[in-house]
Amino acid sequence: MVVMKMKFPFQKRVKLAQGLWLLSWCATVAGAITFTLGCILKTELRRRAEVMDNSDVHVVPNTLMIVGLASLGINIFASKICQDALDAERFPRWKNMLKPYFAVSCFFTILMLLAVIMSYAMKGSLESSLKVGLKNGIRFYKDTDTPGRCFQKQNIDRLQMEFQCCGNNDFRDWFEVQWISNRYLDFSSKEVKDRIKSNVDGRYLLDGVPFSCCNPSSPRPCIQYQLTNNSAHFNYEYQTEELNLYLRGCREALVSYFMGLMNTIGAGVLSVFLLQGSVLVSLRFLQTAMEAVAGNENTEIETEGYLLEKSVKDTVMEFIEPVMQFFLFKNQVGEGSSEAPADP
Amino acid sequence: MAFLKLTFSKNKRDKLAQVLWILNWVSVVTGILLFSMGLFLKVEINKRVELMAERDIQYVPNMLIAVGLIACAINFLGGKICYDCVDTTKFLRWKLILLPYIMCTFFFTFCVLVGALMCYSMHGELEESLNLGLTEAIRFYKDTDTPGRCFLKRTVDLLQIEFKCCGNNDYKDWFQIQWISNRYLDMSKKDVLDRLRSNVRGKYLMDGVPFSCCNINSPRPCIQQQISNNSAHFNYEHQTEELNLWMKGCRQALLEYYTHIVQSIGLTVLITWLFELSVLTGVRYLQTSLENGLRQGDLNSESDGWLLENGLMETARINLNIMKNIGKCNQIDTANNGDPNIDVPSSSIAH
Repeated sequence: MVVMKMKFPFQKRVKLAQGLWLLSWCATVAGAITFTLGCILKTELRRRAEVMDNSDVHVVPNTLMIVGLASLGINIFASKICQDALDAERFPRWKNMLKPYFAVSCFFTILMLLAVIMSYAMKGSLESSLKVGLKNGIRFYKDTDTPGRCFQKQNIDRLQMEFQCCGNNDFRDWFEVQWISNRYLDFSSKEVKDRIKSNVDGRYLLDGVPFSCCNPSSPRPCIQYQLTNNSAHFNYEYQTEELNLYLRGCREALVSYFMGLMNTIGAGVLSVFLLQGSVLVSLRFLQTAMEAVAGNENTEIETEGYLLEKSVKDTVMEFIEPVMQFFLFKNQVGEGSSEAPADP
Repeated sequence: MAFLKLTFSKNKRDKLAQVLWILNWVSVVTGILLFSMGLFLKVEINKRVELMAERDIQYVPNMLIAVGLIACAINFLGGKICYDCVDTTKFLRWKLILLPYIMCTFFFTFCVLVGALMCYSMHGELEESLNLGLTEAIRFYKDTDTPGRCFLKRTVDLLQIEFKCCGNNDYKDWFQIQWISNRYLDMSKKDVLDRLRSNVRGKYLMDGVPFSCCNINSPRPCIQQQISNNSAHFNYEHQTEELNLWMKGCRQALLEYYTHIVQSIGLTVLITWLFELSVLTGVRYLQTSLENGLRQGDLNSESDGWLLENGLMETARINLNIMKNIGKCNQIDTANNGDPNIDVPSSSIAH
């Protein structure tokens, strides 16, 4: 039971070959674009690697780069095959390579689709990675003298100014952390000693934020310290004040930035996937149509092209059988050898 | 005695015409490049127009845009002419236009050179404009409720953050003006009133700077207030502290930025000028060799091409004479032959 049988007169075959050649070169360019998009995404993720806890989300750009390169190779091959397709002498030399070629191409095309799905599904992993990373970043903000963490302050400041955000969830995260190093605290001052005694861990906590949280669009000079104390500043109410600091949390800002980037790239890769799929389907039709011509003296007869010779289930079984046999064979040998010593 | 004479066979002439055709198209591309560079400079200047006082600096990008467009048009026409010069019949169409075209292009290359030199002369005007503009902007920093100036605070803050600079010359400029609006000052407090009374003009002056002056690379949280008071902060000496605030002044930062852009553009325009000049030389040789071929009667034979028919000094003298005689066309020259209507017998008596 053949899947999707179509008749191909000579002219239609010629047109198919020409159209396929053009399509495969477009698909080559699309493959190169996919690789570039993967590189761009990886660069952007690496730039912010200091505020990410794990690199699980890097699987998306890595897959895109692999698929892009594979797609380049697949489509160059496809264009070469369809160049030789209409020539009855040169076509038979491709005969042996076509089955593994189609298997490999199908695998990489499905991988492309997987990459698109992953770029939408990775949001949760990205969010949890940023949550932990930002928490650590804020905790180590003051450690500018500890090797390995001395640039944490710079990174967090730059991040908050660039993405217009403050803290992990919001600016109150800075109230729970000591972000002023002990090197700059005067321990002889009564006020400092009171603050340190006022909490269990002996940390210098205050209701203030670093300068990078300040919003330049505010009409008044930035209020950074004593944020919850309305009487400390003239004409100030912290409950209604919205323009003084950035109100958005950095996790939310970064997640929306990266998801926007990945969604745009995902949409582009989806169209590349459709293009690649159409190249493979056309190539399969061309191959089967040309195979029917083989042996005939008159190359201009009408032939039939199809997608799969047997039904989908049978074709899948055909591919899986060698793999299964390999494992079954192993089992049989294993049983045989385990039985052998049992025999006296 | 022609100036820089070269002999051209028919083949050589055709090759020259083809090469010039390609070079003219390359010149069209460079014309587009000039146009886009002028546009880029104009956009960059307009982005920060609020920080610049009224000065004549728009003429540089405008000149570049005009020169770029004219270069495109001239070289497009030149490409067409050179393409047609290979074919004799088509050349005859362009015969009369060729010399005026070459003269126009010659004057145009002068304009390109002037454009390049203007790029380098912009420096002084730009510095003065930035100086005045930044002084005004810092003065009106607090006026976020005055229409027309309400975004100046945001502009100055973003400028200081982006260009890593503070104040006009340096951060001490902020000490001399009141940058906190009266709306946010508690006039009932004693220390506020003291500060207001402490200077002649009744302004609230303090040794503090806005948050946008803070240096990201500082290892300690930013010190914005009481900057010159060493005892107000633990382990702090304002004379030696370099990493706390941005040390560079915004005028210098902006000047460096624009000078860098304008110098790169100026260099590109100079290279374009040299290229245009070489293309013009090629077209002149082509024109003179074709015209000499016509004069000889046979365009397929060898002919001479030159830059100037007579030497440099000769040509200058001839042109000077032409210019002198322009004003004299209505006067009767009584020196030699006098009035042409009077019959003066010649000195050699012919019989």
